[in-house]
Amino acid sequence: MTDLIPVLSDEELREINAEIAHVPVPAAVAIDALKIVQAHRGWVSDESLQAIARHLEMSAEELEGVATFYNLIFRRPVGENVILLCNSISCWIKGCDKLQAKISAQLGIALGETTPDNRYTLLPVTCLGACDKAPVMMVGEELHENISEQGLGDVFGEDGG
Amino acid sequence: MPVIRIDGVEYEVEAGGNLLEATLGLGLDLPYFCWHPAMGSIGACRQCAVVQYLDEESEQAGRGRIVMGCMTPVTDGAIFSLGGDRAQQFREAIVESLMLNHPHDCPVCAEGGECHLQDMTVMVGHRDRHYRGRKNTHRNQYLGPLIHHEMNRCITCYRCTRYYRDYAGGTDLAALASRDHIYFGRHQEGVLQSEFAGNLVEVCPTGVFTDRILVHDYTRKWDLQSAPSVCTGCAVGCNTLPGERYGRLKRVHNRYNVEVNGYFLCDRGRFGAGFVNSDKRLEYPGLRREDGRYDALDHHRALQQLQAACNQGNLAGIGSPRTSVEANFLLRTLVGPDNFSPGFADSEQPLVNLALQLQQDSPAVTPDLRSIESADAVLVLGEDVTNTAPRIALALRQSVRNRAYAMAADLGLETWQDAAIRNLAQDERSPLYITAPGDTPLDDVAAGTDRLAPQDIACLGQAVAASIAGDSNEAGQDRAAEIAAALAGAQRPLVVSGTGCASGEVMQAAAAVANALCTAGRQAMLCLAVPEANSLGQALLCGADAPDFSALQQRAEAGEVDTLLVLENDLYRRGDGDRIDRLLAAFKRVIVLDGLDNATTSSADLVLPAASFAESEGTLVSLEGRAQRHFPVFPPPAERRPAWVWLLACLKELEREEAGSLHHFDDITRACAAAIPGLSGIPAAAPDHHFRNAGVKIPRQTHRYSGRTAMRADVSVHEPKQPQDEESALAFTMEGLNRAQPGSLLPYVWSPGWNSNQSLHKFQGEVGGPLKGGTAGVRLLQPGSGPVVSGSTGPEPFRAEDGQWQLVPRQKIFGSEELSALSPGIDELVTPAFVELGSADAESLGVADGDGLELGDGLARLELRINDCIPAGCAGFAAGHAGAENLQPLARVTLRRAEGWQRREPQIIGSDGGGGND
Ligand code: SF4
Ligand code: SF4
Ligand code: FES
Ligand code: FES
Repeated sequence: MTDLIPVLSDEELREINAEIAHVPVPAAVAIDALKIVQAHRGWVSDESLQAIARHLEMSAEELEGVATFYNLIFRRPVGENVILLCNSISCWIKGCDKLQAKISAQLGIALGETTPDNRYTLLPVTCLGACDKAPVMMVGEELHENISEQGLGDVFGEDGG
Repeated sequence: MPVIRIDGVEYEVEAGGNLLEATLGLGLDLPYFCWHPAMGSIGACRQCAVVQYLDEESEQAGRGRIVMGCMTPVTDGAIFSLGGDRAQQFREAIVESLMLNHPHDCPVCAEGGECHLQDMTVMVGHRDRHYRGRKNTHRNQYLGPLIHHEMNRCITCYRCTRYYRDYAGGTDLAALASRDHIYFGRHQEGVLQSEFAGNLVEVCPTGVFTDRILVHDYTRKWDLQSAPSVCTGCAVGCNTLPGERYGRLKRVHNRYNVEVNGYFLCDRGRFGAGFVNSDKRLEYPGLRREDGRYDALDHHRALQQLQAACNQGNLAGIGSPRTSVEANFLLRTLVGPDNFSPGFADSEQPLVNLALQLQQDSPAVTPDLRSIESADAVLVLGEDVTNTAPRIALALRQSVRNRAYAMAADLGLETWQDAAIRNLAQDERSPLYITAPGDTPLDDVAAGTDRLAPQDIACLGQAVAASIAGDSNEAGQDRAAEIAAALAGAQRPLVVSGTGCASGEVMQAAAAVANALCTAGRQAMLCLAVPEANSLGQALLCGADAPDFSALQQRAEAGEVDTLLVLENDLYRRGDGDRIDRLLAAFKRVIVLDGLDNATTSSADLVLPAASFAESEGTLVSLEGRAQRHFPVFPPPAERRPAWVWLLACLKELEREEAGSLHHFDDITRACAAAIPGLSGIPAAAPDHHFRNAGVKIPRQTHRYSGRTAMRADVSVHEPKQPQDEESALAFTMEGLNRAQPGSLLPYVWSPGWNSNQSLHKFQGEVGGPLKGGTAGVRLLQPGSGPVVSGSTGPEPFRAEDGQWQLVPRQKIFGSEELSALSPGIDELVTPAFVELGSADAESLGVADGDGLELGDGLARLELRINDCIPAGCAGFAAGHAGAENLQPLARVTLRRAEGWQRREPQIIGSDGGGGND
């Protein structure tokens, strides 16, 4: 057990333990723990997942079931900025397909890919809850509303970054 | 009983059930996937849809609603339609949607021909697939040597995880990802850790989880020849269905017995019969020459040799607790009871006799497995059942759910409401206390675990008994009082113990607890595990005063006997090598009947090849005193014969009077029953060879069995005659009737439209109930009225001694049993022999995990594993493993660092290119 704990930093452990203090069993903070580690590292590696599972007294499979259930827990490395392009109904009506083609052309990446300079990862998302401002996407923490093909240039720069 | 109407016909059905169960019980067909008779309903797959009508009027008008059969309780007056168009269309659409991603790979799928998905697809009439999109493809995982994974075939019914996690307590299999990406597997490739993982093969309704040994040596179910058999992996006596083709045992499936194994086996049982195909099997008799090598003989000459040896010498015999009552009885008849040793190790013989005597004397009931599942408070004393009698551990895992069922009953929930009840109960469990000289795989569901030396386990047990009896409670026995309160407060308390930790005191303490419970007016159960498939039968046959090895050796040394016959017993597993050498050396001649080459056959003057359980008939007595018959799945090749055939022929050659009336196997069974009061019930274990099912024999081959005429076409175009079975009601053919015969004679399950093992319900009176033809086996033990000893006399507490460690056996499901450990797949999972110490004890010796330890004066050199669950002053050792033969359980030995020890490299377990280790 002890040999794997150091995978998690003191900071991460402190934050996870703070969550554990609120719940009856450690496994109840599984999602929070995954989010904490992801916040620190950008994604959740196998080693991180195993270390979290041990800390929460779960099997790796149990935690993996949780981690892979949520598409915003990243089990593969992502770029510095994750582009979450909404492809749900309103945004689809408003032409998200064209936007995606444009972004892909501009950044040279398809859905699920990361630019070679590691700046962007492009992922689809099912509704960002901003349907009235469709089409929308998030880049990192920032929500971009009513995006147009022309507007994309401003976000990523004409040269694609 | 409620009366329901299905498609206009009224049926009386069992109250409290669900419609799916009721429908299947009535013999009607209703497709399903996620429901399982042993695991209940969750309503996930939507396959069992039917139409329910509010009243007759809406029935007339065809205005019903679709409900799930498995989630709908049967209530009086309820009106359903299975055949109604809407339900039928719905069910067809469900199969179509479940199969969106399913490959068209039935011809190369190991499930094909016994696939529930195939059956259900045909049943709903789904033919044309409309989906034109791309199918998902998954990467399969290496899950160990026993189970093959082919994830593309999944229909997301969730049976696998419900079985593996909820039912069997495994943690390393999960539903991963979500929606269209869902994946059932492990976090990383590696061996599935559950001892019961093999049941996935039968639980998964498709070809995702299949028998990996079978996959690599494949035969379809319809081409398998099978017979009702009994597992020889341990003393539980699970009922099995081994299947054979081309003289090879291909796989073992579960054979349903409502009172024993139900729907599930353990992996030792399922995969541990592969030794039957071993190239170490003996096919010809061998006569030792001067130079120590053997000449092969045919069976006539071998019999002459045997007869000559018997005529010349004064005979003694060593029988075997791993083979049938009948073979042992004949050898005992041949050599005389006074010269017949049951074949236990000297230290084991009194333990098995004690286990029998305690059960015979105790007023507590000896439970079958179904009763074990019904226990609402359990104390396990000293026995690691997961590793000695594995199927019992799975039953105990269900017993802790009785609290959940009680909570559910309060809310009016039926037991089949699986998801609801699990949600309701969360971690509430009936009490299970485990006391053992180390950790055990059941600890995760225990209310309390105490890791103690065997003597201390006995002390605790006696204190529990005293506490139940209301005797004064010594200080420091809070635990005893807690356990006593839990047991005394239960309706159906159960005490489990056995020979596993090699202590008679521990078993006595267990009996004391059970007896105290009986005295206190409880319906107590006492389950005592013994080591081998026929240990108890052997104790019943031979009695408590039978000579052990030492006694035989003395008689040989005194010149009273000079010729030793050993029956299916590798003596070198039952005593240290020098001891056995001396035993054998005391005899002029040693004759061995056995199936596999081993150290004992290698010291014999004459070796006779004995058929395995799969090639012969026999009666075995399980740990609950159930006599059960196994039948040959296929005839033995070459000059190999069942041991009883050799021995009967020998008795006849010798013109022995006792053999005069013995013509058939059944005659031996009856003679044994007549001679041995404790075994008087055994003929009832199965019908004799005169039995006919509606006038015909019972076929071992399915009606689709193919290619019989072509099998030997490369040798000769003339079709050989099928072997005749003169000894049983079964035949080596496809002709006959496999329907409604006694449960002990069921060679396979199949029913029109139901090719998979799910067809079982066609053989049951009601779903989950006994087989229509009756439950296999006959119970020989009745609860005793015997001496109810007061629970106050306890052994001395254990005291650790400086520089001496007490050896406590650590049993392993893979490795502690002789024959299963030789089976392909399992042999990869057997670890080298080890010794376990707590870290403080290891530190005091200056050794670390992975170092070598020398035990005693050259008794053994074993790898050390640090395990802080091993009590101080005790050293666990890998019982039954190669390299640990010389270790005497409970002996005190010195330990020191082994000189020149090579640490093992981290072990990689083989895989078919998938990589991965665990
Ligand atoms: S793997 Fe088999 S048992 Fe598990 S969900 Fe898929 S089809 Fe069902
Ligand atoms: S519990 Fe024993 S009898 Fe049952 S399958 Fe396992 S080894 Fe065989
Ligand atoms: S549909 Fe795009 S934000 Fe809701
Ligand atoms: S069997 Fe009824 S919903 Fe699956």
